[in-house]
Amino acid sequence: MASYETFNYDVLIIGAGGAGLRAAIEASTSDLKVGLVCKSLLGKAHTVMAEGGVAAALANVDERDSWRVHFADTMKGGQYLSNARMAELHAKESPDRVRELEAWGALFDRTQDGSILQRNFGGHQYPRLAHVGDRTGLEMIRALQDHGIHQGIEVHMENTITTLLKTGDRVSGAFGYEREKGRFKIFSAKAVVLATGGVGKAYKITSNSWEYTGDGHSLAYHAGAELIDMEFVQFHPTGMVWPPSVRGILVTEGVRGEGGILKNSEGNRFMFDDIPELYVNQTADNPEEGWRYTQGDREARRPPELLTRDHIARCIVREVQEGRGSPHGGVFLDIAWIKEKIPNATEHIRRKLPSMYHQFKELADIDITEEPMEVGPTTHYIMGGIRVDADSQMTCVPGLFAAGECAAGLHGANRLGGNSLSDLLVFGKRAGEYAAQFATENGNVPLEESAIDEIAQHVLKPFDNPEDGDNPYEIQAQLQEKMQELVGIARSQESLTQALEEIQNLREKANNVHAIGNREYNAGWHTALDLDCLLTVSEAIALAALERRASIGAHSRDDFPEKEEPEAGKYNTILQKTDDGTMAIRREPVPELTEEYQKIIEEMG
Amino acid sequence: MAKATFRIWRGDVNEAQFVDYETEVSEGMVVLDAVHRIQADQANDLAVRWNCKAGKCGSCSAEVNGNPKLMCMTRLNDLPLDQPVTVEPMRAFPIIKDLVTDVSWNFKVKKKMKPFTPRPPDAEDGTWRMEQEDIDHVQEFRKCIECFLCQDVCHVLREHDLHDEFIGPRFFVYAASLEMHPIDTENRLEELKDSDGIGYCNITKCCTKVCPEHITITDNAIIPLKERVVDQFYDPIKKLFRVFSGKA
Repeated sequence: MASYETFNYDVLIIGAGGAGLRAAIEASTSDLKVGLVCKSLLGKAHTVMAEGGVAAALANVDERDSWRVHFADTMKGGQYLSNARMAELHAKESPDRVRELEAWGALFDRTQDGSILQRNFGGHQYPRLAHVGDRTGLEMIRALQDHGIHQGIEVHMENTITTLLKTGDRVSGAFGYEREKGRFKIFSAKAVVLATGGVGKAYKITSNSWEYTGDGHSLAYHAGAELIDMEFVQFHPTGMVWPPSVRGILVTEGVRGEGGILKNSEGNRFMFDDIPELYVNQTADNPEEGWRYTQGDREARRPPELLTRDHIARCIVREVQEGRGSPHGGVFLDIAWIKEKIPNATEHIRRKLPSMYHQFKELADIDITEEPMEVGPTTHYIMGGIRVDADSQMTCVPGLFAAGECAAGLHGANRLGGNSLSDLLVFGKRAGEYAAQFATENGNVPLEESAIDEIAQHVLKPFDNPEDGDNPYEIQAQLQEKMQELVGIARSQESLTQALEEIQNLREKANNVHAIGNREYNAGWHTALDLDCLLTVSEAIALAALERRASIGAHSRDDFPEKEEPEAGKYNTILQKTDDGTMAIRREPVPELTEEYQKIIEEMG
Repeated sequence: MAKATFRIWRGDVNEAQFVDYETEVSEGMVVLDAVHRIQADQANDLAVRWNCKAGKCGSCSAEVNGNPKLMCMTRLNDLPLDQPVTVEPMRAFPIIKDLVTDVSWNFKVKKKMKPFTPRPPDAEDGTWRMEQEDIDHVQEFRKCIECFLCQDVCHVLREHDLHDEFIGPRFFVYAASLEMHPIDTENRLEELKDSDGIGYCNITKCCTKVCPEHITITDNAIIPLKERVVDQFYDPIKKLFRVFSGKA
């Protein structure tokens, strides 16, 4: 023990994106000692890449909006598998969380009367997304960061947590290494908040960065927490498809919110051909009406390009499979066409979508004010994750909390665009608040030191493995290929069973990967360690996807193309580690909606 | 598939040199793709920072053929591939390993600056009213992704090493975003003049040229701040007023 540097905190936050920063800020208001650990430099977390906006029923643009409508939209978008209490808290509290960012220096785009401007987005009945052009995530993380650095939070940048430490049933800290020198660190804490984001790096085509290796999911699972609904992985319908090196990079839904349309190679707006029953009444039945909606006509219904992401992604895959795709295997997303409708369209597009303009111009030689973009689905987000209490965000492990993408419950089977940034703020704050409360009420917890040497040995294993062991990058690439091919948008019993076998094989190889060089800032060693987490979440996704023999939300089974009967489909899949170390799955019915919730959904849906 | 050679800086503070790696290049590749391919196939322990790979996070700053660039936004077809492409770390900061530098100084500088301090809210719900045209210029500053390329290229830091007396272009942009924020009430001009060393900037505009977000750092941030400093501290009438009113 003496050989490890140890830090003592009341509350330890793991992850410094929107949820982690917001949790840290909240916990630090209580005079407690707060530590924040993140894998990258501060301000570089995935939140920075969020583009379109943060959903909050401020009703600045359309006074008909309210938390009730936002609640109903979220429940419907999630195919009624969401935790209704979380959806309620989220819809009620997100306006305050957005306003408070302004008090910390954020500058959202403005309405004519000087309030926060809001834009249309898929699945939201009214313009609801507060935004800054198409760089909302940057604004948000910077506001949180610049406020957070003055709150007395101790930040450990470029540190990775490999294991949560427990004392009895309760979490008591975490073990990790700092990237720079490769030295180990022990964090002792009365409460721990996981805010580590998602799992996109388990797939080949993804909008996610290297950090998204499912660390929080895996840490929580191995510490005894439950994972729920892991089969629901969101494939964002519009990622770049060309050139190959940029495949997967996100193209914001804001393009469609501003009037962008999807076309196939025959020039057909194919989204008009397939409008789900649940949304028929809310969807325009002709292009003119759809256009009027994007321009703020309150009588018009939204264009089918603003249907939910799961549905659009499937339609795009169908167009490509049936031979109506674009030259590089996507479809066309056209914003340039609005020239027919408004003067100064070029200027308008560049002002509303500056980073999209920049991204296509510099990476693909495409001027989006002149020609259509080629887009296709990209792994973007996981709705499933660590099961938490709706109010406190605590897991079933005492003292262990989770918030943001790594936690689950709010989004059900499909997340609405814009609901992620608001999720981070609302539940980040709650996790920080309740973690602080837990720390205050439960006092010190001693570390169980005996376990630590073994953990350290495991972390160093890649250096000790034989030199002919596999290259960690090679194993990572193989896993990504298999997950893309077998656990992607279209799944079946056969593909999922095969995936689980492949994952098992890769796990054996991963145990023997060899890291070259020394411990200093060694990307190969880090990649070898990330494999543990990636394999855990990959198994969780495949196992849950095998369990749900139906197509619903983001989860599509070729062998079960229909939704289950409404009642039979109302369950969550729950994964937990058993005593013998295997992953067990079970179903739990989604609790019946209270009459009040049902009433809101009927009135507002 | 075509091949190209990348001459990459390898090593740490004790010992470092360029090492040549040949790798395949394909259509649309950026420098970061080539570095990743080399890392995966030939040099697993190569240290490089990156996150978004789309010019939004400012992690992968480096010097490509001597020019400060984001590796993720530098297309190979804009470079002469008949000769080796050199990739080295930012030179204004101490090296950690390979392409990774110690940029912690930047985080310390920001922490020392006076934070955003808003006036009381305009409306009962705790919000403010601001015209879009009044925030346009501040939003330009807030586009900054903190890649620190402007710091890297600034001769006051890079050649004269005045990190203790000069905060650099990034933080003049930050100061400008606060000073020109319509609802901020703090005054940072004294620090800008003294501890932040704005006088060292002699407006060569190197920072503006390398900014991947195309922020007009010198013209829109630094020069207006210099003018405010002059107005407050060197305007003779105001100076007299301060002498008589006892405000030093």
